[in-house]
Amino acid sequence: MAAVQETVDRVRSIDVDAYKYGFVSAIESDMAPKGLNEDIVRFISAKKEEPEWLLAWRLEAYRRWLTIDEPKWARVDYPPIDFQDLYYFAAPKTAAGPKSLDEVDPELLRTYEKLGIPLVEQEILAGVERPRVAVDAVFDSVSVATTFKAELGKAGVIFCSFSEAVHNHPDLVRRYLGTVVPATDNFYATLNSAVFSDGSFVYVPPGVRCPMELSTYFRINEKNTGQFERTLIIADKGSYVSYLEGCTAPKRDENQLHAAVVELVTLDDAEIKYSTVQNWYPGDAEGRGGIYNFVTKRGDCRGARSKISWTQVETGSAITWKYPSCILRGEASRGEFYSIAISNGRQQVDSGTKMIHLGRNTTSRIISKGVSAGKSQNTYRGQVSAHRLATGARNFTNCDSLLIGSECGAHTVPYIEAKNASAVIEHEATTSKVSEDQLFYCQQRGLSPEEATALIVNGFVRDVLQQLPMEFAVEAQKLIAISLEGSVG
Amino acid sequence: MLEIKNLHVSVHGKAILDGLSLKVNPGEVAAIMGPNGSGKSTLSYVIAGKPGYEVTAGEVLLDGENLLELQADERARKGIFLAFQYPIEIPGVATMTFLKASLNAQRRGRGEADLTTPEFMRRVREASQRLKVDQEMLRRPLNVGFSGGEKKRIEILQMTLLEPRYGVLDETDSGLDIDALRIVSEGVNALRNANRGFLVITHYQRLLDHIKPDVVHVMAKGRIVASGGPELALELEKNGYRDYPAQAA
Ligand SMILES: Nc1ncnc2c1ncn2[C@@H]1O[C@H](COP(=O)(O)OP(=O)(O)OP(=O)(O)O)[C@@H](O)[C@H]1O
Ligand SMILES: [Mg+2]
Repeated sequence: MAAVQETVDRVRSIDVDAYKYGFVSAIESDMAPKGLNEDIVRFISAKKEEPEWLLAWRLEAYRRWLTIDEPKWARVDYPPIDFQDLYYFAAPKTAAGPKSLDEVDPELLRTYEKLGIPLVEQEILAGVERPRVAVDAVFDSVSVATTFKAELGKAGVIFCSFSEAVHNHPDLVRRYLGTVVPATDNFYATLNSAVFSDGSFVYVPPGVRCPMELSTYFRINEKNTGQFERTLIIADKGSYVSYLEGCTAPKRDENQLHAAVVELVTLDDAEIKYSTVQNWYPGDAEGRGGIYNFVTKRGDCRGARSKISWTQVETGSAITWKYPSCILRGEASRGEFYSIAISNGRQQVDSGTKMIHLGRNTTSRIISKGVSAGKSQNTYRGQVSAHRLATGARNFTNCDSLLIGSECGAHTVPYIEAKNASAVIEHEATTSKVSEDQLFYCQQRGLSPEEATALIVNGFVRDVLQQLPMEFAVEAQKLIAISLEGSVG
Repeated sequence: MLEIKNLHVSVHGKAILDGLSLKVNPGEVAAIMGPNGSGKSTLSYVIAGKPGYEVTAGEVLLDGENLLELQADERARKGIFLAFQYPIEIPGVATMTFLKASLNAQRRGRGEADLTTPEFMRRVREASQRLKVDQEMLRRPLNVGFSGGEKKRIEILQMTLLEPRYGVLDETDSGLDIDALRIVSEGVNALRNANRGFLVITHYQRLLDHIKPDVVHVMAKGRIVASGGPELALELEKNGYRDYPAQAA
C-alpha cells in the first residue's frame, strides 16, 4: 500500500491550499445593500435600466421563491445559507459601459491576465499564437468586455452580455427567456430569475456556422456576493455554435454562492456544443471557504434533428450541484453529456444529467468519469426517461468512477424510466482504483508519483477530454494535474 | 557496478530472499536461472524499488550508492530499468504518450531539457523499426489488449529509448515466438556496451543462445547456490535443478 498511501498523503497535504487562482483584485465596486427583498430586485432592475416586462418577470420569480424550500435530495452537506446575509449585486465601478478595452479598469485586465484569458484583442489580431476565441468576460456581475464583435457581426452572430441583449435584442430575449428553465423551475433557478445580474447572450441565425469558439470566463470577486449568471443561447435552424465557459474565483474564508442558469435552444438541424471548465475555489484542506455551485443548465432540442452536447470538466467548488440536461423534443434530436468530475480534499460533488426523450427516434449518450481523491464525495446522479410518444428512443450511459486512496467515496445513482416499449436504454458502470501496480510501473519508468497519478487519471478521462475543443483539452489536462497534486503547472 | 550484498527480503512476514549476494559489472551480462518461486522476480522488484517488500538485511548498491534509500522513480532516473515479467496495462494512455512522458521525466530528473518532438519521433521510429513494432501499436493504450509477445517487445522498446545503466530482464523470452525471440534479443544485444550491464532472468537456454551471458547464476530458495560460465546454463538444461536441492536456510 505504500506508494498509494504516499500519493494519498501528498495529495492531502498540498492539494487545495495551493489554489492557483486565489487572488483578490482591488477594484472599486458598486453594491446593493445586503439582503434580499422586493426593493433589491427593483434596484437591480433599475441599475440595468430594464424594461417593465423584465422587472415584472423578476418580481414574479421573487414572490414564487419565497414560497419554496431548498432542495435536500442531493448527497451534499452544508450549513444553512442565510440568504439575507448576502449581497445580490456588485458591479465594478465604471462610468458607462466600456466601449473598448482601453476603457476597462487596468486592474481588471491584470486579473484576467493572471487567469490566462485571451482578452487582449490586439494581440490575437496581430497574429500572436492564441486560440481563436471570442471572450465575454463576466467579472462578478457585469459583463465587462466583449471581443471579436466585428467579425461575429459580419456572420450575423449576436454575442453580447445579457444586459446588452435586453436593450438591443429585446424581442429575442423575450421570446426565449425562461422557456427552457422556467422562472418557477427550482429553488436556485427561481432565485436566479429574481436577481440575475448579467451573463451572456448568443444568437446564431439560420444556416450560420459560428466562425469561432465563443467563450465566457466567469469569475467571482466581491466578498459575500452571490453570483447569479444568466446565459441564453439560441441556435436557429441549421446553425452551429461551440461555446466554452471557464470559471474561477478568488480564495476566501467564507463560502460564496453561485447559482447560475443556462438555457440552450436548438431549432431544426441546429447544434450547440457547450463546454465548461470549472475550477472555482474548492475551499481549504479543512473545508473552509470555497464556492457553493448550485447551477441549473438545460438545453431544449426544440427542432427536428437538432443536437445539444454538454461537456464539462469540474474540478473546483466546495459543493457542486449541477445536472446539465437535454429535453429531446424534436424528432430524431440528440443529446450528449460528457463529464469529468474530479473531487479532492473535502469537496462534495453531486452532478450528472437528465435526458428527457419526448420525440420519436431521439437518441442520447452519457459518458461520465468521476475521480475522487482525499476525503471527497463524488456522486453521479442521472435520469433517463423515455416518454409515451418517444418511439425508438435510445440511450447509452457509461459511468466510470476512479478512486485514489481509501477515504473518498464514489456513488452512482441512475434513474431510468421508459414509458414507451420500443425505447432502448443501456447503462454501464464501473468503479476502479488507481492500482499500486500501475503506480509502480510508471515510477519504474521515471515518473514521480504525482506525474504517474496525473497520467493514469488523464488516461481514465481521455474519452471525455477528446470531446473538448483542442485548445481547452490541453488546459483541462493541466487543470486535472493541478487539482490532484497542487503542483502549480 | 550493481552490487547486491547479503539481501534478506520478506513479504507479509514470509522470508523470500535469504542472504542473496551478486555483482554485475559494467559491460557484463549476468543470467539468473532458478526454479519457479525461488525469488527471481522478487529480486528484480527489490532492485527496482517496488513498495511492499521488507528488506530485513543487506544492501543494493549502484556504483557504491545505496539504492534501497531511493524511491522507484529516483532509481529509474539513476539508470535502473526493469523489463517486467507481466507488464501492466495503463488504460487510456497511448503508448507513444507514455514513452514521451517517461523519457522526459528521466531527462528532467537529470537536469536535461525535454526532447523536441521531431527528435523524439526520430528515436521512436528508429527503435521501433529495429524491434519491428508497428507504429499503429504505439497509438494504442499501453499494454491494453497487447498479446504477451507484444508486451515484451514494448518493454524492450522502452529500454532502448531510456538507455539505462542496468537492465533487469525478467523472463523477457516468455511469450515470444521464434522470430520475436531473435528480434528482441538483437534489440538487447544492440544496447550492450562497456558501460551498461544486464541481469537476465530466464528459464531457458534458448534466450542465452541469442544473448550470450558472461556469468550464469543459479538461484534456489532465495539465494545464489551456484555460479559459473555459460556452460552452467547448458548443464541445467540437461539435468534440471536436481543437483541444487533446497539448501537449508
Ligand atoms: N506479495 C506476495 N505475497 C505473498 N507471497 C509472495 C508475494 N510475492 C512473492 N511471493 C512468494 O515469493 C516466492 C517467490 O516469488 P517470485 O515471483 O519472486 O518467484 P520467481 O522466482 O520469479 O518465480 P517464477 O519463475 O515462477 O517467475 C513465491 O513463493 C511467491 O509465492
Ligand atoms: Mg518470476
